[in-house]
Amino acid sequence: MAITRTPSKAQVRREQVIAAVNYPLDWLEERSGLVGATRYFLFRKVPSDTNWMQTLGSAALTAFIVQAVTGVILAMYYKPSPHDAYPSIQNITDHVTMGWLVRGMHKWGASVFIILMFLHMGRVFLFGAYKYPRELNWIIGVLILVLGLTEGFTGYLLPWDQTAYWASVVGINLNGTAPFLGPWLSQFLRGGQEISGDTLSRFYSLHMLVLPGGIIALITLHLYLVIRLGVTSPPWSREAAGDEVVEEPSTLRTGLTRAAPHGTGGSR
Amino acid sequence: MTPGPEHGPSPAIWPLGFAVGIAVALVGLIVNPEWVATIGAAIAIVFGFLWARGATSEMRRSVPTVTAEVREATPAEVAAAPPATVGEAAMPPPEPGEKFPRSRFLEGATLGLGAVIGGIVTVPVAGFALLPSFLGQKGHKVDLGPVDAYPVGKWFIATFMVDPSEGEVSRRTAFVRNNGPVPPKNAPSFTIISNRCAHLGCPVQANGPSGAILGEKNVTEHTTNGSILLRPVVPAGFGCPCHGGQYDTEGNRTAGPPVRALDRYGFDIVNGHLVLLSTFSVSHVVGTGGQAKIYKYKLAGPGEHVDGPEQWFYPLNPPHH
Repeated sequence: MAITRTPSKAQVRREQVIAAVNYPLDWLEERSGLVGATRYFLFRKVPSDTNWMQTLGSAALTAFIVQAVTGVILAMYYKPSPHDAYPSIQNITDHVTMGWLVRGMHKWGASVFIILMFLHMGRVFLFGAYKYPRELNWIIGVLILVLGLTEGFTGYLLPWDQTAYWASVVGINLNGTAPFLGPWLSQFLRGGQEISGDTLSRFYSLHMLVLPGGIIALITLHLYLVIRLGVTSPPWSREAAGDEVVEEPSTLRTGLTRAAPHGTGGSR
Repeated sequence: MTPGPEHGPSPAIWPLGFAVGIAVALVGLIVNPEWVATIGAAIAIVFGFLWARGATSEMRRSVPTVTAEVREATPAEVAAAPPATVGEAAMPPPEPGEKFPRSRFLEGATLGLGAVIGGIVTVPVAGFALLPSFLGQKGHKVDLGPVDAYPVGKWFIATFMVDPSEGEVSRRTAFVRNNGPVPPKNAPSFTIISNRCAHLGCPVQANGPSGAILGEKNVTEHTTNGSILLRPVVPAGFGCPCHGGQYDTEGNRTAGPPVRALDRYGFDIVNGHLVLLSTFSVSHVVGTGGQAKIYKYKLAGPGEHVDGPEQWFYPLNPPHH
């Protein structure tokens, strides 16, 4: 006996919603391939024994995004001139709605970004994830770190108070002691022989245009290589060591591997 | 083919008329906004409408019903297509020797022109970004007030603006002592030490009592450089708060990280006023006051060695004063 079933109202509505969501996505996919690309980026295969430490990289990325967003908002109220810089900072902190919060996020987030980059670097080092074929990504990561530190250096001058001024004096003169080109570098950074309003505006330009642009470009390359080369297993990984392919039946072995807590069972 | 709907003049005229209308409207805006511009706009609107109508007529026409054309397949078509390895090649093999010289030329020309354009754009931008830091760096002369304000043998902490138009950011400090006339010619002698630490440029402080503690009053001199504050001080030496560099009263390094003695200002006496000239660097000083032998060097940045083998690391300094 054939069973005929008319779809319920809820089913019909469900299908309509799915169609309504899919239509624009299909439209976009057909013209750009972006939906497939996003899916490829987000739903990659990773080793089954990845570790919480392997989220430090995306944590650092998140910290950078927070810096970028709060930085853009701060730039709406900040004035990079010797006469206005400090008063505009005071205005942001004391008068602009939630300004204290956004400035605080940017100030403390800067340290968070640097700390997360170092932790991420430590994880990569200890996992041996910098080895072949990922050497290039280590180098790109180091460049991101250098640009990140330079962001910290240029951003430190912007409040234009005594701490900012003297820290920049010392920092620039420190660059000046580098052999051969040091004095030229320091004079370029100052925009002349002494720190002045020119120094402030060029640090502002570097801080909000040049360096973030460089960091974004390098992060793109960094992620491209992560996707291309895949995620490493932890050094204690049985899966990566190929332990499954020993004499025992693979099903049993897999079950045991899954049951073993991470990092405790020495497989060697 | 069925005859289409009635045609007016050739459709190519519509965009032309539209363009003329826009042109008349634009000229009219300058010549006579009230009439000419209105007429131009009207022409543009009419021709624009006709143009749009003409362009969309294909789409707006009702679609005629067409029956699909059907014919029997020929025996050759029914038979399977021959495999690709059989028969003549679709394209003749390329001739030996010359290989696409034209496309090579175009490739090179594109890259070369791109490089030229890139260079033309980059050179002025790079010059704009880099050169101003090094060109037109001029020294300043600072009038520190009448020589009489500086009793012989007394130290003063003088603060002044190098360039009053730039404001507070150009404020500098110097330690000034009048050494009195120096025989045999009785030339005036001043020891004027810059407060820029020779380590990394922090402000050096005088180690010793100053101003009110000494029971002496601060003096303010008004000169062409604005107001100059002179604070009397009795220094045992000079010390840097940042990293602990220490100097004696001649500016010689006595302890800490500095690599040479404190910089000094040149000076001149103009119409009875003490005038600061540009600064110079000093490796060390032997003797004191008017009798001191000062080992002078061209001004170097903080942390740069001016003598010994380490000076070889800084063969060329950017132009500055």
